[in-house]
Amino acid sequence: MAGAGGGGNDVQWCFSQVKGAIDDDVAEADIISTVEFNHSGELLATGDKGGRVVIFQQEIENKSQQQCRSEYNVYSTFQSHEPEFDYLKSLEIEEKINKIRWLPQKNAAQFLLSTNDKTIKLWKISERDKRPEGYNLKEEDGRYRDAATITTLQVPVFRPMDLMVEASPRRVFANGHTYHINSISVNSDNETYLSADDLRINMWHLEITDRSFNIVDIKPANMEELTEVITAAEFHPHQCNTFVYSSSKGTIRLCDMRASALCDKHSKLFEEPEDPSNRSFFSEIISSISDVKFSHNGRYMMTRDYLSVKIWDLNMENRPVETYQVHEYLRSKLCSLYENDCIFDKFECCWNGNDSVVMTGSYNNFFRMLDRSQRRDVTLEASRESCKPRQVLKPRRVCAGGKRKKDEISVDSLDFNKKILHTAWHPQENIIAVATTNNLYIFQEKVN
Amino acid sequence: MSGGVEASTEEQQEMQDAVVSPEKTEEAKLKARYPHLGTKPGGSDLLRKRLQKGQKYFDSGDYNMAKAKMKNKQLPTAAAEKTEITGDHIPTPQDLPQRKQSLVASKLAV
Repeated sequence: MAGAGGGGNDVQWCFSQVKGAIDDDVAEADIISTVEFNHSGELLATGDKGGRVVIFQQEIENKSQQQCRSEYNVYSTFQSHEPEFDYLKSLEIEEKINKIRWLPQKNAAQFLLSTNDKTIKLWKISERDKRPEGYNLKEEDGRYRDAATITTLQVPVFRPMDLMVEASPRRVFANGHTYHINSISVNSDNETYLSADDLRINMWHLEITDRSFNIVDIKPANMEELTEVITAAEFHPHQCNTFVYSSSKGTIRLCDMRASALCDKHSKLFEEPEDPSNRSFFSEIISSISDVKFSHNGRYMMTRDYLSVKIWDLNMENRPVETYQVHEYLRSKLCSLYENDCIFDKFECCWNGNDSVVMTGSYNNFFRMLDRSQRRDVTLEASRESCKPRQVLKPRRVCAGGKRKKDEISVDSLDFNKKILHTAWHPQENIIAVATTNNLYIFQEKVN
Repeated sequence: MSGGVEASTEEQQEMQDAVVSPEKTEEAKLKARYPHLGTKPGGSDLLRKRLQKGQKYFDSGDYNMAKAKMKNKQLPTAAAEKTEITGDHIPTPQDLPQRKQSLVASKLAV
């Protein structure tokens, strides 16, 4: 039933749309780097390596039907960030959009925050559907009239025009970070947001661009002593004083801003004890958390490390309540994954609207749906070969070793250049956006 | 495993680890290819590399030279396509080499 947002496995997923070029020759700028639905799910934003943002709007066919198909069409696109050069450090600053986060809608316009490695920008996206016509001193095309030829006076009126969507930068939050920004998160108070880089987390007020508060600083006095970095951070969805940040060592710290101005001391430390006899050279690398997301109800949080997804109960610090293997068959390939740098890939994860299913990406353009309530999981593929309208996606299976069954794909045949790092789930409906390297796939629940 | 471990059982344990743990097998593979890996002290090279991401240039002159080199690479291909352009030909906007890619619209927005 549309709107329930539940069920990974009683839901059948079918192809809805794919955006982007078909050709295999992918320009660097076209690599998608972030995907995010807004709070209503009506808008879907993507950011890419070229610093561009594209926003799609949901258009619903046949609103009268109970279960209706919807399509996302281009609403607005703009250049958010440009490449820059830091003259002081002789460093190039990439224009790649690391994250986009929408603000909850307060008026007719939409607002989003987009960030690259160093600068966060607040963009206003507004619609214009009327324009003034009938000026006395100007022609319709804007040229000025010769004042001597004007003999009558008219009152300009607003006339309808073709819808124009304009994006304008309203705030630029610059120079807040020495290291590379990996996360931004809007607070539930709708006034502040946090930005996190490898070693520090800052809190900003949306109206104030020349100042920010540093709330976490893990930079050691001596950089030789550096053992871990911040990998992701997020505000709690309801408690405006609470946020979490994850580390490259696989720990998550929950901080309460009421406790002190500088939250270097955590209120809670979430860490799963490791069996020391299992420790290897790869242990720390694969334990590094690439994404942390609170559940919509605010009781749980999910973390993604290289091989698994873990669900944590905020009231239990010593171990996760659920652990799901994403692609355990890669454990016996860690050596080559280290050599080709894939072991450092940062996969994101997301919750469905009612927190019953979580989703994350993998290689070979596979993505995983992990159903918490039914304790089942499925692997699906985003591929141009399953692109017929409403075509149901077939579950995929990877053969780890031994005899390969029909329809299975062996680990050695997986394409590690086809990675799904970014996925998003509509906040209310069973509509998902899955980004391959340069294409955006939209899948919907099968509607009878 | 039991507390007091003798030399022979330790070896046995290691062998067992290699067989039982795919991770340890992979580690052994890696160590065989890169014997110096992990022996350097001081806060992990990996972290340091991560913090320094972002192409470094000696100075702004170096950066601008690199950018110019990139542009020059593009020019020969542009000229080759339009063989009619000679020294006398006055260039038009269509003849000029392409602007930087990021100023082109995203293919998702097509």
